Amino acid sequence: MAVDAEAQFHVLAVDDSLMDRKLIERLLKTSSFQVTTVDSGSKALEVLGLKEDQTSTSALSPEHNEIEVNLVITDYCMPGMTGYDLLKKIKESSSLKDIPVVIMSSENVPSRINRCLEEGAEEFFLKPVQLSDMRRLRPHILKGKYKEQQLHQEENSNTNHIIVGSSNNNTMSNKRKAMDEEVLSERTRLRFSSSSLNVI
Amino acid sequence: MESHGLKTVYIAFASDAFRNGFLDNQYTQLLQLQDENEPKFVLQVATLFLEDSEKLLNELRGILDKQDVDFEKLDACVRKLIGSSASIGAKRIKNTCLAFHNCCKEGSKEGCLKCLQHLAQERLLVKSKLETLFKLEKWILAAGASVPVLSQ
Repeated sequence: MAVDAEAQFHVLAVDDSLMDRKLIERLLKTSSFQVTTVDSGSKALEVLGLKEDQTSTSALSPEHNEIEVNLVITDYCMPGMTGYDLLKKIKESSSLKDIPVVIMSSENVPSRINRCLEEGAEEFFLKPVQLSDMRRLRPHILKGKYKEQQLHQEENSNTNHIIVGSSNNNTMSNKRKAMDEEVLSERTRLRFSSSSLNVI
Repeated sequence: MESHGLKTVYIAFASDAFRNGFLDNQYTQLLQLQDENEPKFVLQVATLFLEDSEKLLNELRGILDKQDVDFEKLDACVRKLIGSSASIGAKRIKNTCLAFHNCCKEGSKEGCLKCLQHLAQERLLVKSKLETLFKLEKWILAAGASVPVLSQ
């Protein structure tokens, strides 16, 4: 049940500017992500399977195309629902709260950045977003999946397993080290409250 | 033979554009994102930028046309243009916008009008640079050669 190091993850990119959508899509695709782009927060929620007034996705709404999204990257300044509003909705949703969210903005406003990080954003990218920024996304996705696996581990209450039974423990621990280094980078505020990066 | 001359012109023209600040390293980054899967990527982004910037200039003009200039609205518009010009690497436009931003903060209608005029000029200049670069690329490819890689 190892997380495949080469697994293609799906990123949902949200930006009201067509030019910026084109850019972020290219950056993500070049970095081997599967991409869906939408031009508004409300469309993003639709893709995520959540109506604006819901807090949990309804399994009984067949008209929603629920694709698995591994990370949401959104512009901050958008008309209607801002990136911050979208972030809040995602974090308030029982079904979506564990999806990592990254905020982008062309303006470096510390209070804005802090607000987003406080609300649960993993990272804040200053536009223009660079290819090197894309490398910071994978660790956040993997961290979430690692947490998921840990939960499964505890549920199965099999304390003999270290991490993931079947394959590459080395790959996993190297990945974890890389994740540690990435997560502790300067641009990210440290939030260890729900840390699952403890060495077993 | 023919493509060699074209390549030389292309490199010289691009170097000149960079040296004079019309384009900066961000433009080079965009070129690096272009490949055989998305051969028209930069052209598409540049086209969108020119469309967006034209709309923004019209919006700025409209705001400044009013008796009572809404400097907040003006500044919000300028900041949008700062964002998109930075995304394509249109350095001179970005810098003109920064000056414009200052005039907005000062509430100087005259200063803003001057900046607007300056912006319109800069937009036409970078438009012309981009169009020439794309034309040269097209001719190089038509001659069966590959476009030189620009690096900064």
